[in-house]
Amino acid sequence: MQVDVKLFASLRDGNFKEKMTELNDNSQVIDVIKKYDIPLEKTAICFVNGRDADNDQVLHNGDTVSLFPPVGGA
Amino acid sequence: MKIYRVNMSNLSFSIEDVPEEWEMLGGRGLTSAIISKEVDPACHPLGSKNKLVFAPGLLAGTMAGNSGRLSVGGKSPLTGGIKESNAGGTAAQRLAKLGVKALIIEGIPEGDKWYCIHVHSKGVNIKEETELLGKNNYEVIHTLTGRYGENTGVMTIGQAGEHKVLAANISVKDPKGHIRSAGRGGLGAVMGSKRIKFITLDDNDGAGIDIKDKEKFKNAAQLFNKGLLKHPVSGDALPKYGTDVLVNILNEAGGLPTKNFRMGQFDKAEKISGETMYDKIVSRNGDPTHGCHVGCIIRCSQTYNDKDGRYLTSGFEYETIWGFGAGCLIDDLDIIAEIDHVCDDIGIDTIEMAGSMMVAMEAKIIPWGDGKGVLNLLDEVKNGSYLGRIIGNGADFTGKAFGITRIPTVKGQTMPAYDPRSVKGIGVTYATTPMGADHTAGYSVTSNILKVGGHVDPLKKEGQIELSRNLQIATAALDSAGLCIFVAFAVLDYEPMTQAIVDMINAKYGSDWSVENWIDSGKTVLKTEKAFNEGAGFTNKNDRLPEFLNEPVLPHNAVWDFTDEELDTVLKI
Repeated sequence: MQVDVKLFASLRDGNFKEKMTELNDNSQVIDVIKKYDIPLEKTAICFVNGRDADNDQVLHNGDTVSLFPPVGGA
Repeated sequence: MKIYRVNMSNLSFSIEDVPEEWEMLGGRGLTSAIISKEVDPACHPLGSKNKLVFAPGLLAGTMAGNSGRLSVGGKSPLTGGIKESNAGGTAAQRLAKLGVKALIIEGIPEGDKWYCIHVHSKGVNIKEETELLGKNNYEVIHTLTGRYGENTGVMTIGQAGEHKVLAANISVKDPKGHIRSAGRGGLGAVMGSKRIKFITLDDNDGAGIDIKDKEKFKNAAQLFNKGLLKHPVSGDALPKYGTDVLVNILNEAGGLPTKNFRMGQFDKAEKISGETMYDKIVSRNGDPTHGCHVGCIIRCSQTYNDKDGRYLTSGFEYETIWGFGAGCLIDDLDIIAEIDHVCDDIGIDTIEMAGSMMVAMEAKIIPWGDGKGVLNLLDEVKNGSYLGRIIGNGADFTGKAFGITRIPTVKGQTMPAYDPRSVKGIGVTYATTPMGADHTAGYSVTSNILKVGGHVDPLKKEGQIELSRNLQIATAALDSAGLCIFVAFAVLDYEPMTQAIVDMINAKYGSDWSVENWIDSGKTVLKTEKAFNEGAGFTNKNDRLPEFLNEPVLPHNAVWDFTDEELDTVLKI
């Protein structure tokens, strides 16, 4: 299946902004993180289709996965 | 420390002892207490009965990181209720070093002359001002720095304050001579109503900062400062990307208010994002990391240059970029930077101007996305033309002038950069804070979106009322300490930080507050402010979001579904 993976802020360094990604069925968010060698402690915020998701959330074809390091502002 | 009182009606000045009930107050706690005690809540905010109060926080001038914020208080001409506007820059620490616990300005001068005020270690001079009247803030700051030296604090109003438009702000000089803003609620108009163009602060030979137990203070401050550096938001993300990093997060979450709160996503978000800003700053030899006051460890500010490497603006915030960007559909970061520069120069709140411009676009005064059109309208504001006065009076006034109903305000103040339907915790704050629609007053985005201090699903009602209430209380306490709101990330995630703040207060003042006492001080501030607003004629009907937000917002089809009864429980403390 295919998911759209988007990386933000410092997660882009040495990686990419956005990439269509092939995954096995029943893959989880954690599989995306591992696939792109992103250190786990750096993925503070994850959305799947714009909603907060835990690392064990199961993904479906056509999902958008957005990953952020710890960031803030006001 | 002393209370400095300036009476503009007879151009006199007096120094008073601090009454006992104000001893343990500072910053917002003090400005709200003074306004509540001394200002008739039914008064005309531009009349002689309103007062303007400047107060450093309880920890100002100490080695505590990020403790130099300034609170400015008064009755707001924009909301008609009590206002505390909070700014960085160098003024608060200078006031503290001079031994000024609060500078209270009251009355209105006879005649039609304008004045400036100079505060120094021997007292206060009130002088007529002609040279800098009508001048831009950057020019005022530059001239006064030349006149009095680098080490001078400056608080100034631009043409907006001189015209007394309701969104006028008060600008404070920062360590680089750039501009920080006591932005919201039109206190620049109050300063203009008292015909004060600027206030300068010379803290040479000032009494200095008194700390009762220096050793205890140092230990607590070291723990506190380390905590700020250790937290990834205050230690890494904010210094590198500034607040604009929020554009992409809110866009992904579907909470970035686009085209005057019609959608929760902007298709050009990447072009105005913090990531794009960082690349532009670095490639144009700007500075991505800059502190707005001495002792700021977090350094979320920056220097943003134009494509020729010339200074364009500083303190270039998410709120400003959202407002003119996603809000007004302008996708050019350089044009938005120029807008930011102009707003700083004429002394007007960027969030309120973004609101005015969104409404102006609704009214077809200028087209959506027209950056040049926005600059032209700001020129009208600067010149005080009839159209400029409408725009300069904010979103509500502009909407009324042109028969627009889609006006994004609460208590007459424009809603900031988070859609209340898809970030419900911030919506609760917008509705219920005594300040009017205000994001910093109870920044629920921390838990709703940023996963700081836990997680509360932004799309559900559960937990939002408690979240907003607790943050409003804690924020009022932080504002009274003079601490930058961005210490909250570390404070929310690392429990010893709160104790460290209380330890520092106790070490400085010889008090014996518990954490609970400190939290209670925040509750007192909110109760005081709510009572003032009631005296000004506010009821619970003012704690509601605008009618047009009944419609759902994409991408989540989120709705605003809090009942009146639920909202009325928020500030029952």
